[in-house]
Amino acid sequence: MPRLIASLGFAAGILASTSAWAVEISISCSALGKEYEICKQGVDAWAKKTGNTVKIVSTPNSATERLALYQQLLAAGASDIDVFQIDVVWTGILADHLMDLSAKGQADIDDHLPAMVETSRVNGKLMAMPWFADAGLLYYRQDLLDKYKRPVPQTWADLTETARLIQDGERKDGRGDFWGYVWQGRAYEGLTTNALEWVASFGGGAIVDDKGDVTIENPKAAEALKAAAGWVGTITPEGVLNYTEEESRGVFQAGNAAFMRNWPYAWALAQGTDSTIKGKVGIAPLPKGGADGRNAGTLGGQLLAVSKYSKNADAATDLVLYLTGQQEQKRRAVEGSFNPTIVSLYSDADIAKANPFIGDLVDVFTNAVARPATATGQNYNKVSTEFFNAVHQVLSKRAEPAQALNRLDRDLKRIKRDGWK
Amino acid sequence: MTSAVAQEDAPVPVAARGRRSSLTRSRIRAAWAFIAPSLIILALIAGWPLARTIWFSFTDANLNNLSDYEFIGFENYLANYDGEWLGLLTDPDWWHSVWNTVWFTLVSVSIETVLGIVVALILNAAFPGRGLMRAIILIPWAIPTIVSAKMWNWMLHDQFGVINDMLLRLGLIAAPITWTANPDTALWTVVMVDVWKTTPFMALLILAALQMLPGDIYEAAKVDGVHPVRVFFRVTLPLIKPALLVAVIFRALDSLRVFDLIYVLTANSRDTMSMSVYARQQLVDFQEVGLGSAASTLIFLIIALLVVITLAAGRVRLGEDPR
Amino acid sequence: MKVLSRIGFWLLVVAIGLFALFPFYYAIISSFRSGAELFTVAYLPERLDISNYVAVFDRQPFGRNILNSIIVAGSVVAVSLGLGMTAAYAFGRIAFRGRALLLMTILAVSMFPQVAVLSGMFELIRSLGLYNTLPGLILANLMLTLPFTIWVLTTFMRELPKEIEEAAYVDGATPWIVVRRVFLPLMAPAAVTTGLLAFIVSWNEFLFALTFTLTNERRTVPPAIALMTGSTAYELPWGTIMAASVIVTVPIIILVLVFQRKIVAGLTAGAVKG
Repeated sequence: MPRLIASLGFAAGILASTSAWAVEISISCSALGKEYEICKQGVDAWAKKTGNTVKIVSTPNSATERLALYQQLLAAGASDIDVFQIDVVWTGILADHLMDLSAKGQADIDDHLPAMVETSRVNGKLMAMPWFADAGLLYYRQDLLDKYKRPVPQTWADLTETARLIQDGERKDGRGDFWGYVWQGRAYEGLTTNALEWVASFGGGAIVDDKGDVTIENPKAAEALKAAAGWVGTITPEGVLNYTEEESRGVFQAGNAAFMRNWPYAWALAQGTDSTIKGKVGIAPLPKGGADGRNAGTLGGQLLAVSKYSKNADAATDLVLYLTGQQEQKRRAVEGSFNPTIVSLYSDADIAKANPFIGDLVDVFTNAVARPATATGQNYNKVSTEFFNAVHQVLSKRAEPAQALNRLDRDLKRIKRDGWK
Repeated sequence: MTSAVAQEDAPVPVAARGRRSSLTRSRIRAAWAFIAPSLIILALIAGWPLARTIWFSFTDANLNNLSDYEFIGFENYLANYDGEWLGLLTDPDWWHSVWNTVWFTLVSVSIETVLGIVVALILNAAFPGRGLMRAIILIPWAIPTIVSAKMWNWMLHDQFGVINDMLLRLGLIAAPITWTANPDTALWTVVMVDVWKTTPFMALLILAALQMLPGDIYEAAKVDGVHPVRVFFRVTLPLIKPALLVAVIFRALDSLRVFDLIYVLTANSRDTMSMSVYARQQLVDFQEVGLGSAASTLIFLIIALLVVITLAAGRVRLGEDPR
Repeated sequence: MKVLSRIGFWLLVVAIGLFALFPFYYAIISSFRSGAELFTVAYLPERLDISNYVAVFDRQPFGRNILNSIIVAGSVVAVSLGLGMTAAYAFGRIAFRGRALLLMTILAVSMFPQVAVLSGMFELIRSLGLYNTLPGLILANLMLTLPFTIWVLTTFMRELPKEIEEAAYVDGATPWIVVRRVFLPLMAPAAVTTGLLAFIVSWNEFLFALTFTLTNERRTVPPAIALMTGSTAYELPWGTIMAASVIVTVPIIILVLVFQRKIVAGLTAGAVKG
């Protein structure tokens, strides 16, 4: 009898201690759909391993709405969400509300793509862990290149010429609505990513350099914008000035464009069973600005960060390290084609089997150009807005490149007035 | 309420002499009792957020740290740094957004008013299928704006949009129109979608006003053989004017604060930016709570001014007695 | 002449009907299509593929979202009409000092952009412990519907002839009885119309609903639709969104068909004529 009581007491002690230790973490990692499933499998595995529970909070897939919701929650110091999935350009904006992960993340961080690591740091401190990567790619129609006996364009000049050739040829064949090249030209963050690719590939820098100096007013950048403005109305429909990713994919996937600039997500859809261009599509790095230019796709992707207001910061940090770890990133790459941020996974055989072009992507990611979010910190959105508005003016032919860049330079310096903060 | 019910059965207590004034007094007491719950609720839910916005407009508050800010007076509105005038009132983007909004409101509310009257007159007539028509008319208003704006974006796509396809097939246009991409057509496109969406609101309110009119007026006019158009302008319009004016004011209030429609159709483009889009950009995208609040306060002042002008022009006396 | 104007009338009815209905019709067609088909134009449905409709309910508690929307919008209308009707009686029929100023103050609530009050409202809702609850949303939405309801009802109330309540007062009725017995029946068309418009305002509200709720089970329809995505964040699942929009419009249509008779009731129903 006393033994029974003792063992009961022991059992109760264990119960008490686990219930004190097991916690509930909430993570915002997706909207709904497939991304949610993949995320759920990952957090469930961690929950099973550690005995904690995890609640997934769905947030809107529109980046602006998601950021607004995060800011609202964090500004109020709310502890409702412990782990946030954040865009690579948000680290500086949200940094004041995030936990410094330097100590715990230090061991793993060197395995990740350097450019992604750069976006996770603010003033040298590691505020988030890289989760998956994205970069701008050139999609082309292999069948049309074959038909017109042209190689995959290496420079923007090549692309302009090839696109025009194909467009003229196809239109002569009675396809009046065929276009050479589609991309994203709406006045939103997507235009910043597109335009930064042009400018960087011509060697015109990245708007603001690492030291925080405004560098956008230079002849190379003007040249790049002039080239892009020349496409509108010739090889690119004027409507592109209000296209986002899906509008341009619509034109390309309906078989009405020879080239498209888009993120890797479009690949699986273009090759889907119901796609009119299945088996006719190829991807390549975006062209160089000229013989002395470089390939530059803008870096995108998502990071995981822990809220400073989390009541279970240790468990939350553990979850972040698990989700961004090798094993989970590999699973996500195989099952959901999320591009890993851990360099060694790009030579992983299982991933290569599930996702044949993954090997090509590592170069794209290594050469990717980062938006100046680290240098400009909390002012990034202002810089980006000024930039895409200036570019939009040039594209809609209401400003000359040099004149627009001059005004942009003045406006950016005014924003910088007391430093970037 | 209980006391009111109790009074119902009580014999008329007051002497005939004092009756009038005591009745007036009790009615005024009732008025305050009737208004109090609404006022309390509005003060609770709107008072604090509005006061807070106005207060923040005089500070340098930032969304990153809302507890740490300084009072800076009117600097968000107008300030002089080293001989250079800065602040909201000197920002050409702000004034451009004010102009966009006012233009948008004038054009869209005018069209909606005329169209709303036409639709209401139709729905007021007796014809088979009227009930169904009422439901059909209301559909545009019933689809959430964030969805219908995206829907229009899709339908207005220059390459695979159904609107261009239809116009091309009908031979009305020779080449696809870039509705939302071209700065010259973008604001008109927004007006078109707004008219589609909110005319039902106008039509339904006007219809209610028409329904409340006593029928004998028309009978008299009919007997006299007055032309229907004359009846409308001489009899109907003056009678529904108060309701029409309220409908116009609330439509104008909404379109002066227009946000999601413009945001979904053309994002942050400066060509079509409205005052609310500007304020949101400062408050959320740029985290400038101070500046954004200043913009919001100015929006409030501009709208208040326009409302007062409208009320004066419409000769509305708020304190008017029932006729 | 008579025939011509008849034809003209019907042409107008058809034109207005088409303008109002075509986008909705296009949404229905799109909701039966998927994949690359959505990037082409179609005027007639090719087939009845309901997979998008299944997906709407499959991926999220959409039934629950609709129920939430009905609860929130229904409560908002009930409270707005209840408070609005009594307030409108006071504003429209009783002369007291400060009436004009109060009416302007109430209107002023509708003069701030929604995004500007969002932060303060968020703090308020949290401090009341109503975050991520339906009552919190109901309270917030009242700010959008109450001023409108009071103003519209006041206007209609004022338009009724002056003699209406005098008889009742002579009979010794209290203001409360007068509102309930005399004005409520007379105000039916205005009340139904205002209620319907307020219902839809609350039904469509997005910003508050997104900010003041956190879990899928508590969300209303508009944020639920905004949360729909394809296999990645960039892909817009167009067919599913259209299917969801069609589904959420149906309750409104039913509501209108049920209440539209009331819109024409009122004075013509022969209650009290001035």
